[in-house]
Amino acid sequence: MTVVTFDDGTTMILNEQPKQRIRPARIVLHAFLITMAIAWLIPIGTAVYNSFRFYEADTQPNGVFAVPTALTLENYRDAWSVGEMGKTFGNTAFIVIPSIFLILLLSSAVAFACTRFSWRFNVSFLVLFTAGNLMPQQVMFQPLFQFFKRVPWPDVISDSNTGNLLGTKIAVIFVHVAFQTGFCTFVLANYMKTIPKELGEAASVDGAGVLRQYFQVILPLTRPALAALGTLEFTWLYNDFFWGANLLSQGDQRPVTSSIAVLNGQYATDFNLIAAASIIIALPTLIVYLLLQKQFIAGLTLGASKG
Amino acid sequence: VTISHDVSELTAVPSTGHRRRRFSALTRSDKFWLKVMVGVPAALHIALVWIPALLTIALSFTYWDVLRPPSTIKAVGFQNYWFIFTVFDSDLFPALFNNFLLIIWLTICSMIGMLFAYLLDKNIRGGRAYQSIYYFPVVLSLAVVGFIWKSTMFSRDRGLLNTVWPGGRVDFVGDGSKLFQFDLPFLDTPLGLSKNFAALLVAMAWRHIGYVMVLYLAGLKAVDPALREAAAIDGCNEVQSFRNVVFPSLKPINVVVVVITVIEALRAYDIVAALNEQRGTDVMGTLVTRSLLGEGASDRVGFGSAYAVVLLLLCLGFIIWYVISHYRETEES
Repeated sequence: MTVVTFDDGTTMILNEQPKQRIRPARIVLHAFLITMAIAWLIPIGTAVYNSFRFYEADTQPNGVFAVPTALTLENYRDAWSVGEMGKTFGNTAFIVIPSIFLILLLSSAVAFACTRFSWRFNVSFLVLFTAGNLMPQQVMFQPLFQFFKRVPWPDVISDSNTGNLLGTKIAVIFVHVAFQTGFCTFVLANYMKTIPKELGEAASVDGAGVLRQYFQVILPLTRPALAALGTLEFTWLYNDFFWGANLLSQGDQRPVTSSIAVLNGQYATDFNLIAAASIIIALPTLIVYLLLQKQFIAGLTLGASKG
Repeated sequence: VTISHDVSELTAVPSTGHRRRRFSALTRSDKFWLKVMVGVPAALHIALVWIPALLTIALSFTYWDVLRPPSTIKAVGFQNYWFIFTVFDSDLFPALFNNFLLIIWLTICSMIGMLFAYLLDKNIRGGRAYQSIYYFPVVLSLAVVGFIWKSTMFSRDRGLLNTVWPGGRVDFVGDGSKLFQFDLPFLDTPLGLSKNFAALLVAMAWRHIGYVMVLYLAGLKAVDPALREAAAIDGCNEVQSFRNVVFPSLKPINVVVVVITVIEALRAYDIVAALNEQRGTDVMGTLVTRSLLGEGASDRVGFGSAYAVVLLLLCLGFIIWYVISHYRETEES
């Protein structure tokens, strides 16, 4: 429906005409979008397809799109065993699950204290967290590496041979929590600002202390943002390559994403095995995306917009 | 005209300004818990992010062999910087130039992402499906993106990139020869775009466009439809209406996208490091890490830190701009 206003002030409502006028443009638009969608699917589509084919006997002589001479699961079997993926998936879970829990707990606490109460440095703290998250990770790498290498820790969490944290998954958890708390604090602060002040005031009139307001009033209301951030952080931490590869020099401690470099070293030219390994590693995040697409996009846009 | 950028379902309540409760009105145990809630995360964040960053700046002015204790650290002034800008200029400048190319390239991708968002915002049939398809690469690690593209797109014999590439077959993983290059009078090595880095740019576009598209889609949904109708009634065509009405009201998203694009381009690491093809594809991120961890790197801490400081300085302007623009607007509202 279009409203047309003439110069003399009269208005006219057009109902059908514009729809027909636009039609050819719509067809062009759809043709463009479909072409792009196909282009977008080609890299992953061909990777999936060829991961089920032999490389030297099939893909290499016949081409990526050719009808296969035989289908095989061998690439997946090899990628799984050479990459020790049973173990590396375990490492990933050991790092990612506690990290997400701690990140959300700590960042929601800071965001709560900085946005629900007025004190002298509350905005300064938010600035500190926001800016920290935007810094390049390489900038803090060497001091952190030396810190984990040189400072002894209790036996419970440290490497039993060296007594320090270098090469342990605990060190990676520490770094993830410190770093990602920056982003989540920023997002949760934006979100909590939109919760009416009166809610906290009413609770405090009723005698609820700070902790009770946090756990029973604000956190339940923040659940949509926490769910969105949890989903987003899962993929980010799962996808981490830098810290996993550089803080965990022994391969058997590495999370699954960082261990892909090992496969690349050994099977640099078996492209179908590389395809299979990529698909295995991509699968968890793709499944999470398909199931929780809404959370995912909400998380990103919450981070980008102002509350 | 004020436009709400609030994407959450809750309605924003106007801040009551100074009527907020003061810290001093709280009981002692409340104060204690507030201090814990801010103190613990802040201590962790400062200790593991800010202090290491400051220490890196300090280390960039020193000489240290990391195999020896920290007491052997010697101050050397600006010597490391002098070294990386003169002796190692054939490492530093090509890496800087690759980061520069990335900034330009990802900016172009951001514009394409904005175009996609604009097209999908027209309420077309199947819009959700298109959106899901363009967006899915964003959930993959750039390291995995690199491997997916390597497996069927890059190879010399069967890579699909070669089917659209004019001229002879190219090994897009290893071929460091330049597509274009130019000489600068004060540099020994020419700067340019190598073939394998160009291939990485294509793979990164695959991921970046969807990312930016989603941000703009959210922004476009928040644009007041009345504005567009008013523009249409005033006789604006589509291009005019976008340029003069829609685009200006997207300003907060534009700031976010510019910062994300530039920081992403400067921080690039995963895809380059995962494919591990140093010739032609080095960026600042890999240069820093290699100086700190590579073979025989134990006494290059000073150089690596100097590279890191250069990287930090490049990011810093954008970080400050972003933080100021965000918190100034928050204060105003």
